[in-house]
Amino acid sequence: MSVLLFTFIVLAGAFLAGLVGSLTGLGGGVIIIPLLTLALGVDIHYAIGASIVSVIATSSGSAAAYVKEGITNIRIGMFLEVATTVSAVIGAVITVYLNPGFIAVVFGLILLFSAAMMVIKKVDRSDNDTSGKLAVFLKLNGTYPTENGAKNYAVHRVAGGFVMMFFAGIISGLLGIGSGALKVIAMDNIMRIPFKVSTTTSNFMMGVTAAASAIVYLHRGQIDPGIAMPVTIGVLTGATIGSKILVRTKTDKLKVVFAVVVTFLALQMIYNGLSGKL
Amino acid sequence: MSSIRKNFFADRDIQLILGTLLRVGVIASMSVVLVGGFLYLLSDHAMQIDYRVFNPNKSGLSSIPAIFIGLRELDPKAIIQFGTLLLIFTPVARVVFSIFSFLIERDYLYVLIGSFVLLVILYSLSDKLVG
Repeated sequence: MSVLLFTFIVLAGAFLAGLVGSLTGLGGGVIIIPLLTLALGVDIHYAIGASIVSVIATSSGSAAAYVKEGITNIRIGMFLEVATTVSAVIGAVITVYLNPGFIAVVFGLILLFSAAMMVIKKVDRSDNDTSGKLAVFLKLNGTYPTENGAKNYAVHRVAGGFVMMFFAGIISGLLGIGSGALKVIAMDNIMRIPFKVSTTTSNFMMGVTAAASAIVYLHRGQIDPGIAMPVTIGVLTGATIGSKILVRTKTDKLKVVFAVVVTFLALQMIYNGLSGKL
Repeated sequence: MSSIRKNFFADRDIQLILGTLLRVGVIASMSVVLVGGFLYLLSDHAMQIDYRVFNPNKSGLSSIPAIFIGLRELDPKAIIQFGTLLLIFTPVARVVFSIFSFLIERDYLYVLIGSFVLLVILYSLSDKLVG
């Protein structure tokens, strides 16, 4: 395949990945990696390197838009980044020693989990019970604005959330994705942070975490300009347009359709991983 | 109540500045990538791609000095890689900015936590990790 053809195919695919990824909240990386590996035969290590760059672009690019909707708790973000940056670097260092087939299987499993998380209805469990000692010590409890004035919220089970974030960081570094689904578990379910705060804080963390592992990938030659260029431009353009459409569209049906597609991709990744085709 | 509101608005100002900073970073780096990408397609469009097997030494642009040397020769691939580098450093700038805002608030615990995060990222910059 010629460079020109490859660039245009990847550009179009990455655009779609970014668009659908932002409409469904799944992110672009989880779709671009199967596209590159399954459809175009690109080695998974290159696909991971290109994907992580697109994660940084979408995370940083949407930060400005997020400021209008919610409010980032910089302390929660910074504290949890201790876990995610260390583990992302560990993940990025070990990924090259792993068999591509094994990475594909792990990727498929995370993809299945993300698809399920996308369809399951999320429940806001936040409250204002400030009995958590660690949360008080770390000044994690905060307020966010509502129509009826500022609302207080308390953070729970800080240690549990920290451990879950460590796991999310490993997966992020290993697979070159934002691992948003795992971060939702840590912040919404374990730490019980309100959506308004967790979405923006998770986005804040994603860029920093991805930067830590991206540097390791760059040093190892996993970020190839010929792949990273169309992937980053495509995903970022798609995600930007997607976030504009998102404001005036209901995405419930799209999520179900997309969950089916993602499940299919996941099984394909697992099958190819197990049979040694990747 | 009024002090909470005041803090909230001060916080919001910082976040708006940060948001703008990030967007400028993304736009700048993407412009560099676009220019590099255009030149790359102009010179290499007819070449055959070969990404089937991962080869760490293929691009030859896997360190910051190598990228700068390529940049001086206006190598299209080095220009793309430089744009990527700018993009990687955009969230890192955000961490540095946060550390300063904690310093202004005299919240030394978080100055420490933020510095640790920055240190981890800077440590990954040294190529000892890749071996």
